[in-house]
Amino acid sequence: MIQYIYLVPLFPLIGFLIVGLFGKKYLKSETLIGTIASSAIGLSFIVACAAFFQLIGENPEQRSHIVPVFTWIQTGALNINIAYQVDQLSIIYTLIITGIGTLIHIYSAGYMHGDKGFPRFFAYLNLFIFMMLNLVLADNLLLTFLGWEGVGLCSYLLIGFWYDRKFEGSNIVWTGDAAKKAFIVNRIGDFGVLIAMFLLYQVFGTLEYDSINQQAASMTAGGGMITAITLLLFLGCTGKSAQIPLGVWLPDAMAGPTPVSALIHAATMVTAGIFLIARNATLFALSHETMAVVTGIGITTALVAATVGIVQNDIKKVLAYSTVSQLGFMFVALGVGAWWAAVFHVMTHAFFKALLFLGSGSVIHGMHEEQDIQKMGNLKKYMPTTYKTFLIGTVAIAGIPPLSGFFSKDEILWKAFDNGSPILWAVGAIAAFCTAFYMFRMMFLTFHGKERFDHHHVHPHESPLSMTFPLMVLAVLSIFGGFLGVPYALGHFIGVPNILEHWLEPIFANADKILGHAAHHENHAIEYGLMVVSTAIASLGIFIAYRLYYSESSKPTELAQKLSGLYKLLWNKYFVDEIYQNLFVSPIRDMSEKFLWKIFDVKIIDGFINNTAKATGHSGEYIRKMQSGVAQNYAVYMLVGIILIVGYLVFG
Amino acid sequence: MGLLLTTLFLPLIGAAGVMFIGKHHTKAIERFSLILSIATFIVSVILFLQFDSSNPGFQFVMDIPWIASIDAGFRIGADGMTMLLIVLTTFIMPIAILSSFDTIHKRQKEYYIMVLLLQFGMTGVFLALDTFLFYVFWELILIPMYFIIGIWGGKDKIYAALKFFLYTLVGSLLMLVAIVYLGLAYAAVHDGMFTMDLLKLREFAPTLDFEAQRWLFLAFALSFCIKVPVFPLHTWLPDAHVQAPTPGSVILAGVLLKMGTYGLIRFNMEMFPQAMFHYADMLALLAVIGIIYGALVAMVQTDIKKLVAYSSVSHLGFVVLGIASMTVEGIQGAIIQMVNHGLSTGMLFLCVGMMYERRHTREISEYGGITKVMPKFAVLFTIAMLASVGLPGLNGFVGEYLTLFGSFQSKFLSTTWYSILSASGVIFAAVYLLWMFQRVMFGTNDNPHNQHLKDLSKREYAMLIPMVIFIVWIGVYPKSFMQFSENSTKALVGKLETLKFGTSAYQISK
Repeated sequence: MIQYIYLVPLFPLIGFLIVGLFGKKYLKSETLIGTIASSAIGLSFIVACAAFFQLIGENPEQRSHIVPVFTWIQTGALNINIAYQVDQLSIIYTLIITGIGTLIHIYSAGYMHGDKGFPRFFAYLNLFIFMMLNLVLADNLLLTFLGWEGVGLCSYLLIGFWYDRKFEGSNIVWTGDAAKKAFIVNRIGDFGVLIAMFLLYQVFGTLEYDSINQQAASMTAGGGMITAITLLLFLGCTGKSAQIPLGVWLPDAMAGPTPVSALIHAATMVTAGIFLIARNATLFALSHETMAVVTGIGITTALVAATVGIVQNDIKKVLAYSTVSQLGFMFVALGVGAWWAAVFHVMTHAFFKALLFLGSGSVIHGMHEEQDIQKMGNLKKYMPTTYKTFLIGTVAIAGIPPLSGFFSKDEILWKAFDNGSPILWAVGAIAAFCTAFYMFRMMFLTFHGKERFDHHHVHPHESPLSMTFPLMVLAVLSIFGGFLGVPYALGHFIGVPNILEHWLEPIFANADKILGHAAHHENHAIEYGLMVVSTAIASLGIFIAYRLYYSESSKPTELAQKLSGLYKLLWNKYFVDEIYQNLFVSPIRDMSEKFLWKIFDVKIIDGFINNTAKATGHSGEYIRKMQSGVAQNYAVYMLVGIILIVGYLVFG
Repeated sequence: MGLLLTTLFLPLIGAAGVMFIGKHHTKAIERFSLILSIATFIVSVILFLQFDSSNPGFQFVMDIPWIASIDAGFRIGADGMTMLLIVLTTFIMPIAILSSFDTIHKRQKEYYIMVLLLQFGMTGVFLALDTFLFYVFWELILIPMYFIIGIWGGKDKIYAALKFFLYTLVGSLLMLVAIVYLGLAYAAVHDGMFTMDLLKLREFAPTLDFEAQRWLFLAFALSFCIKVPVFPLHTWLPDAHVQAPTPGSVILAGVLLKMGTYGLIRFNMEMFPQAMFHYADMLALLAVIGIIYGALVAMVQTDIKKLVAYSSVSHLGFVVLGIASMTVEGIQGAIIQMVNHGLSTGMLFLCVGMMYERRHTREISEYGGITKVMPKFAVLFTIAMLASVGLPGLNGFVGEYLTLFGSFQSKFLSTTWYSILSASGVIFAAVYLLWMFQRVMFGTNDNPHNQHLKDLSKREYAMLIPMVIFIVWIGVYPKSFMQFSENSTKALVGKLETLKFGTSAYQISK
């Protein structure tokens, strides 16, 4: 089945074309369009599964396959193929994308019911899956870049899907503003990837991952060039995966329909940055500087976003900041060389964050487009399935064993301690504490306590089966997904192997060799200890949230007043948007308009040209007067001329 | 050979034919011009298919003596680059003519004569293998374009037309001096045999000493850089575009500007390599400035057409950068980028024109929420915008990537910073285009004038769909087009590298 892997991206492409070209005019029926779009992804999932099982049956060392499709760009020495690489890493991503993608397609059929843009929505969604699959299946960086920009485009189109709606944000009025912001901020990151590609080609003479990986394996760490390449690639990652300094677009991306937030802005696209580093792990392992930067940015983002999440009232924005924070954790994992743990967290996060977003969508749907959690309360009475599944997601992300989030987050924290430092662990633990707190804050405000909505206008109701079914599937995955990566220390104890780590081992073998990390420590005492501590910290966060928010009280408001400075800082997201606006956006715009255009172009260049023209005209005027027709004047000119010539000949 | 002549002369015959149609039969004039231009396109495609892309030299060469005393001849022929530009021309023209049906409402007879003359002139410029013939065609273009802007243009049409005319004329006069000098220099070492035969001069010119090459280079370069236009010689372009009628802008952006970049390759690089080595950095620097400057100024425009015009300055900067790199990837990128720019910017001008026809304004602030009333238009406008932004999978990316790649790896340029700074153009392109698109197409449709705009007509589809096909085709499988100029570019770079470094990875095959 592996040789037919091109079918995986092909089905969504066909779906996109069918729905995009014929959806509105000929297919019309929502059921038909939803079915075509969903089954396109479903078929991809089936093919991906078949390929996956074939891989399992193969020798672990020979699980990498290149499937060429056609030559894309070929000129001079450059030769770029459309070719897909099937191996342990790309197949995991492919399964996540197509699997969760199918569920979200089904969900969307319910969520988008009655929307005028129904066919357009599904066309974009299919196009997105196509691009995302190209991103992860590519065998070379340029094809990944095609997917990379392609998913950015779909993100743009889907954030601005309701193009005539308003959306509140700093310097943002319309959903279209948010869409534009996402695309442009991502382009800044893409600029980095572009330059990195040029440098890569200079060093390695190719853009194919396999070849780069093999060459890098025999290099010695510490080259400035590799540091430059990896830092530039990482700049791209900070854009796509919403890390500091380019993370500002993701919270505003919530302007898009909720299934989009679940699929693109939580489960798949935003993890592309993690993919890019994991794919080039050998390269990154060669630069300590870059690894330190990745760790530093990751942990800072994890903490900063988690603190902002505490004060948000928009249900989707809480989840957005939570996503940014969780992505930060993944980068910490990469930065300390715990490659597989990052991929593991990508997977579990895809389960529970997709679940939470879809759950929030179900809430929004049932609450008639209300997103403010201060205006909800006691929804568990009206939406039992949504409530139960949402609770599972919340517990999972909070890091309570044995749900999936516990295993992946704990592995990252442990590696941060073991390969990094106790301080790194401590900061991560604080972020984890915040996570548990804000998630349960949202949970309690939404589903428990008094009903704070207007009963005359809002009649909360449970969503249809097409929406709750995906929730249930994702809830199951959120519960059990963690068992794919039971930490060695625990697994050894209870006799469960670490399946995922073992599966991914060959991918990261070269990188691990460079870093020289010992595979497993014999003494597990510290690991157990930290596990208990981090669980306790998470529980503490839940407990505080319970005390503050479970039943109605004035304590949160009092707390906000007491810490008004801090509250204001968090409420305004550390004023990052304002700083960017005043530091970059406005000055560049003013300079372009007031100087480059109105002075340089109009006054200086055009002024010069128009004045030259005028001067020519004026001198013509003067010279014309010399042709007066009066003979005496001509005689005078002649005399002056003769004197000048004679003077030149005599004295010159 | 007959096909090449047909491609060249069919528009001229058409112009003559229009003269015989009564001026009140506007329908007949329009249809005749359209059919003729489509016929020319078909002929050029057949020619295209007969072209042997493995041969790096000129093909379909003709040499008919003309003015014996100065050895000027009717000499034409095509290599890969020419072929691509010819097909671009014959492809753009029917679309421009079709768009004239909606936009030109007076003196149609004269108009279509001018347009067909223009096509004749442009094709001639690309095909000429004789410096005299080249110069004749080069100047010939000025006249119809001057009238198209000056008669069928907007409010300040006379100013714009004059500016266009004078700017170009200043450049081309120096070029004429250079052409004459070149012939004389040839005569000096060939027993007084003055010639204007480009094939002979191409062999001869690189042997000139550096000082001579340098002055010749500058004389040619000034003329071509004005045409491109290269910063800071660009200020005629926004005025010309804004005042020109839609088809005028489409032809201007689609084909006319490429005469400049074509000239830079055909004359400056191929004939004066020593000077090219010397000035490569300067050319690259101007390209970089043009890319960033054009983008920044485009960003703050309030007139959509002016915005697109400034974006041309930015986009053509990539072409010049690729040329200055003197690498196969860079030059190939520059050539395909010439085609790309013709398609995507041409399409943007068509879209702007379609909005103008409905609303008679180009002020961005007059629009908003247009997607609601014109959803089909919105889709096609989006594609044009994305092609222009350089999204991978569409045509613009291939050209931009290759020119940047080439300039980064170039052994002729002194620093990779040209490439790095130019790459920031991809950010700015997203800024100005998306911002414009946001203000025009998204949001609510509040302006009462915009509530009942009609969506695309069949005719408008007929203009845009062919554009989209090639935008996607080149983006996904550029090889179909790039292979035509691959071998001639390799031969050229082989020559340049051998000249500069003594060796080259590209074998020179005669």
